[in-house]
Amino acid sequence: MRNITVPLWLRALALFIGGVLSTVFAFIAFSALEALWRSEGLHLFGAVWSPQSGRFGILPMIHASFILSLSALCCGWSLSVGCCCVLRGLGPRWLAAMLGFALRFMTSIPTVVYGFTAVFLLVPMIRDALGGSGFCWLGACVMLAIQGVPTMTLVMDEAVRAVSAETYIAAAALGMTPLQNLSRVVLPTVRPWLLSAAVLGFGRALGDTLLPTMLAGNAVQFASSPLDSMRTLTAHIGLVLSSDIGGGENLSLLVAGGLLLSGSIIASLFARRAVRGKKI
Amino acid sequence: MRKNMVIALFSVFLLGLVASASSAAALDAFKDLNGTLDIAGGTAHIPVMKQAAQDIMVAYPDIRITVAGGGSGVGVKQVGEGLVGIGNTGRPLKDSEVAEFGLETFPFAIDGVAVAVNPANPVKELSSSQISDIYAGKITDWKELGGDAGTINVFGREDGSGTRETFTEKVLGKAELAPSVNVVSSNGAMKTAIAQDNRAIGYVGIGHLEPTIAGVIIDGMSPTQEDAANGSYKVVRNLFMNTKGKPTGLTAAFIDYIYSPEGAKIIEASGYIPLPRQ
Repeated sequence: MRNITVPLWLRALALFIGGVLSTVFAFIAFSALEALWRSEGLHLFGAVWSPQSGRFGILPMIHASFILSLSALCCGWSLSVGCCCVLRGLGPRWLAAMLGFALRFMTSIPTVVYGFTAVFLLVPMIRDALGGSGFCWLGACVMLAIQGVPTMTLVMDEAVRAVSAETYIAAAALGMTPLQNLSRVVLPTVRPWLLSAAVLGFGRALGDTLLPTMLAGNAVQFASSPLDSMRTLTAHIGLVLSSDIGGGENLSLLVAGGLLLSGSIIASLFARRAVRGKKI
Repeated sequence: MRKNMVIALFSVFLLGLVASASSAAALDAFKDLNGTLDIAGGTAHIPVMKQAAQDIMVAYPDIRITVAGGGSGVGVKQVGEGLVGIGNTGRPLKDSEVAEFGLETFPFAIDGVAVAVNPANPVKELSSSQISDIYAGKITDWKELGGDAGTINVFGREDGSGTRETFTEKVLGKAELAPSVNVVSSNGAMKTAIAQDNRAIGYVGIGHLEPTIAGVIIDGMSPTQEDAANGSYKVVRNLFMNTKGKPTGLTAAFIDYIYSPEGAKIIEASGYIPLPRQ
C-alpha cells in the first residue's frame, strides 16, 4: 500500500480547527464549573425555579430533558428500524422507493416547519382528544421522534444494505423469506450500528431547542403524565437567554449548557465505541 | 417573474417618493448622515422602530438601520456592551444597569397590557384577585369564574419579558406563580395559543389585541388604547430607548425622529400612545 503523506497545510488546518473547538468546549466547561462555584445559596440543583425569591433550581429541566429525549428516542428508534426493514425488502419495491424519497426529503425540512405545523395540527388534536392545553410532553415527544427518524434510518440503512446484499442470496438458497433474513441474520449482525443510531438519535433529541420550546409548554415542573407541560434544558436556555444579565439566572444557564454539552459528548463517545473496529 | 420584480421595485420607488414628500421636514436631520445604526431589545418596540427605520432609509439610502428583538434584557446587555446603538426596554432601567453601563434612557410611548381569553369564552370580566388566583393555581376551573366547566389553561411569558413584568407588577402583586403555568416567548405565540384554545388565558400588549382574542375587563377597567392613555386603565408601562452615554450623530437623529410629529404618528399606528420628550 502506498504511503499517503498529508500535506502540511491540511495538518495545520486540522490542528487549528481542533484547537478552536476545544477552546469552545473548555470555555463552556469552565464557565459551568465557575458558575457552580459562585452559586452558593442559589440552589442551582434545587427543584424550585423562582427568580424573584432567589431560587434557581434547574432539576425540573434536567428531568424534562432526560425523559423527553429518552421517550422520543424509544418511539423514533422503533420507527426507524421499521423504516429500515421496509426499505430493505419487507415491503413492495414501490413503497420502499417512496419511503426512501420521503426520508431523504425530510432531512431537508427545517425544524421550525415541524414545530409550526405541530402547533396548528397536533396541539389542537391532543387538546381536543385527550384534554390539557395540548402543549405537553406527548406533543414534543411525537415531533422529536418524527424529526429523528430520517437520520437514524439512514445510519442503520447503510449497514443493513451492505449486510443484506451479502446474505440475501445465501439466505434465499436456504429457503429463508426476506423477513427471516432480516430478523435472524441482518439485524443481529448490524447491532452495533443500531446502537450507534440510537445514541445519535438521543443526542439530537437532547440537543433540540426549537421543538420543545414551541410544543412542550415550558412550565417549570416535574411532568408526571404525558399531558403535562414541561421545560427542557435547551428551551430553558433559549427562554432565559433573552432575559436579564448576571445573577442566578445566568449561572443556571451556564450549568445547563455544561450539562447538555457533557450529555452529548458522552452520547457521541458511546456511539463511536459501539462501531469501533467493526467492519460491515 | 421579472415583470413582477420591476413592478415591485417601481412601487418601492413610488412609496419612497410619497414618504419623502410627506415627512421631509423631520427627515432633513438625516441629510448629511450615513453609516449604520443597530437597534435591539424589547419586542413591543419593533413595529415602531421598523417603520421609522424604513422611512429614514428610503429617504437616505446611505443610512442603514437594523432592528432586532430579543427582549428588554437583551436590549440592555447589547447597548451596554456597545454591540448596538440603541437598546430598547419595556421597563425603566435598574440603578445597577445605569451604574454598570452608563446608560441614558428615553421614554417615548405608553403600552398597556391586557389579559386575554378566547372570544368563545363567556367570561368577559375578572377581578385582579381572581387573576392572581388563576396564576397562583388556586382557581383551576372556568366554572368557578362563571364560565363553562373545564380546566383553565394558563399561559405566561418568559422571565425578563417586559410584558410579564408589567403584568406581574400591576396585576399579580406578590402572588407566587404556579409551576404549571405554560410559557411562550412572544406576543405572537401568545395570540396563537389563546386564539386556538377555548380554555386558555394569557396576557398581551394592548396594541396586540385583535378579534381572534378577547381582552378581559379587569376590576371594571376595559383594556383599550384610550383608557390606557387617559390613565383610567391602570395596567400600563412605558417603552424606553436607551443609549450608552449621550447619543450623537445618527443615533441622536433617530431618537429626535421618534419624538417628532412623524414619530408620534408611527407610535400611534403601532398601537401605543406617544409620550413627549422629558
